[in-house]
Amino acid sequence: MNDGKHLLEVDDLTVSFETEVGRVRAVDHASFFLNAGEILCLVGESGSGKSVMTSSLIGLTRAENASFSGTVHYDGVELISAPERTLERIRGGQIAVIPQDPMTALDPVLRIGDQIAEQIRAHTDVGRAEAFDRAVELMDRVGIPQARTRIRAFVHEFSGGMRQRIMIAMALSCDPRLIVADEPTTALDVTIQAQILHELADLCRETGTALILVTHDFGVVAELADRVVVMYGGRIVEQATVTDLFDDPQHPYTWGLLGSVPRVDRPRSARLPTIAGAPPSLVRPPTGCHFAPRCPHRFERCVEVPLLEARLPRQPGHRDRCWLNVDEKRRLRLVGGEIGLASGAPRTLA
Amino acid sequence: MNRFIVRRAFQAAIVLGLVSIFTFLIFQVIPNGDPAARLAGRTATPEQIAAIARSWGFDRPIYIQYLHTMGKIFTGSVISYTQQINVVDQIRRGLPATISLAIGAGFIWLVFGILVGLLSSLRPGRLLDRTLGFLALTSISSPVFVIGSVALYFFAYRTSILPSGGYVPLTDNPLHWVEHLLLPWISLSLPFIGFYSRVLRGNVLDAKHEDYVRMARAKGLSSRRVLVRHVLRNSLIPIMALWGLDFAGVIGGGAILIESIFDLRGVGQYAAESIQVLDVPPIMVIVMYTAVLVVIMAAIIDVLYAYLDPRISLNA
Repeated sequence: MNDGKHLLEVDDLTVSFETEVGRVRAVDHASFFLNAGEILCLVGESGSGKSVMTSSLIGLTRAENASFSGTVHYDGVELISAPERTLERIRGGQIAVIPQDPMTALDPVLRIGDQIAEQIRAHTDVGRAEAFDRAVELMDRVGIPQARTRIRAFVHEFSGGMRQRIMIAMALSCDPRLIVADEPTTALDVTIQAQILHELADLCRETGTALILVTHDFGVVAELADRVVVMYGGRIVEQATVTDLFDDPQHPYTWGLLGSVPRVDRPRSARLPTIAGAPPSLVRPPTGCHFAPRCPHRFERCVEVPLLEARLPRQPGHRDRCWLNVDEKRRLRLVGGEIGLASGAPRTLA
Repeated sequence: MNRFIVRRAFQAAIVLGLVSIFTFLIFQVIPNGDPAARLAGRTATPEQIAAIARSWGFDRPIYIQYLHTMGKIFTGSVISYTQQINVVDQIRRGLPATISLAIGAGFIWLVFGILVGLLSSLRPGRLLDRTLGFLALTSISSPVFVIGSVALYFFAYRTSILPSGGYVPLTDNPLHWVEHLLLPWISLSLPFIGFYSRVLRGNVLDAKHEDYVRMARAKGLSSRRVLVRHVLRNSLIPIMALWGLDFAGVIGGGAILIESIFDLRGVGQYAAESIQVLDVPPIMVIVMYTAVLVVIMAAIIDVLYAYLDPRISLNA
């Protein structure tokens, strides 16, 4: 699998935490890859392990109570077992992070310029003045007006959108090859969410930077993603190119997600379809398929953990974790002519 | 800034007024508080007491007495009842010892408070943290007169490594100055070190979970840089505020017990002696002097705070 072709290659990554209530397996045998310059969207409900997975890639979840297995290869370097020194060099330099909430991710008592400059200086051998010039340039580039004076301002003097632009400037500061953006717009006003995301995606395309974008929003996925990874209950349940995922989704959970997207081209129905039930507890997960308890199509075999496998000969990169056979899936996923998850109680297990 | 200074000066005046009135009134209501009776001695006749009261003005209404005393305090001519010497001169004489005590101890408890707190926060819940936490609680709950007496017993009485008390001015002999102050410094510092280390430990552990610290790591900064520049920088701001007030308290003569145990003859010891004989003028002056120092220090802290934490505005 690891043939070195991909920029990032995650193979069988498992992350668990020892907690007071028991062992939590937040990421469960996840495998995916990412090519240089690609935009990959990571989709899933809150608590499905998206954030833990993305932070674990660069060792940000390392803690006494955390344990890891599997590998993450970035440009030939294995990151899970890498020493902290190596990770420090890669973090911010080659793999940059854009956090969920820019309000709290900037140090309140340091000037913005200092915070951008310190990252530049951590990775490149430049002086203070030069790092500041670069910071001004970056702030200009992400659309912060009067960058030269604003660079001396503090976080609380910026609006939410501006703060996230600062985070983007920071992420771009050392010309990374990969940016990991963890729901970068959830904390922002709805009115500028799309704008910021497009700016981010455009900057990535311009610079040839790969992007892992964690999001809830299928509209965003459809517009920006090259490929999509869907997570549920700590597991990757489906991954495909964006076209394959929208045209030929294989996992019932993906059907449910696609079916619950509001459509402006259809008359508004009384209520948006939802997926009945709640996400599984990761302390005591269901045996077998994690989605089975909420799945109307489950059957006997679902008590076994489905493997993340390519099941479609013509779509080799399209992998999913569902035991149903392909023809049955293509029949079951149609609800009133549209892709969706049939409502009603799950069929009882035999 | 000007508005800030004016407002603070106004507040200081109010604080001084209230503090002086309360202090003055306390001595009117406590038993044996009548200064005329005390000045006249044990065997005095009522006539003698009345004569003393008349000549000192104790027979006049309380508010007149208060204004009279305050007037003398502000002209610097206030005289103590018992020794009948100028109180301001007396305080001035005690200042070098008190300032020496405060600066040395303040330095020690700040540095060690931060060091111990940092050490505890490195691996919370582990043996080192628990041991330091236990020691901190022990020192916080030990009265300084116990710490001071134990220190004296071991270092001055049993081994005579250090002198048992007294104060030698820095200008006379720097070495003796340090020798005489070492035990007072340490005894005074121990409870503060315990307290500061616990506060800092908590601040550091809180700061470590802040998003901006996580982000600093995500930026690829070394863990030492993250600790110093982001964690410590934010954790030390409240410590600085604490230190300013505690330091002002000691310089203001608040280390009454330590000064008395080690016979430093500073402002605090003068306060202690005056209280024992219910000598109102020195007590009034010392209390007001302390209040002024605390108010000034609080203003300095606010300015520093606004400088260190840009979210805070002086004019809020």
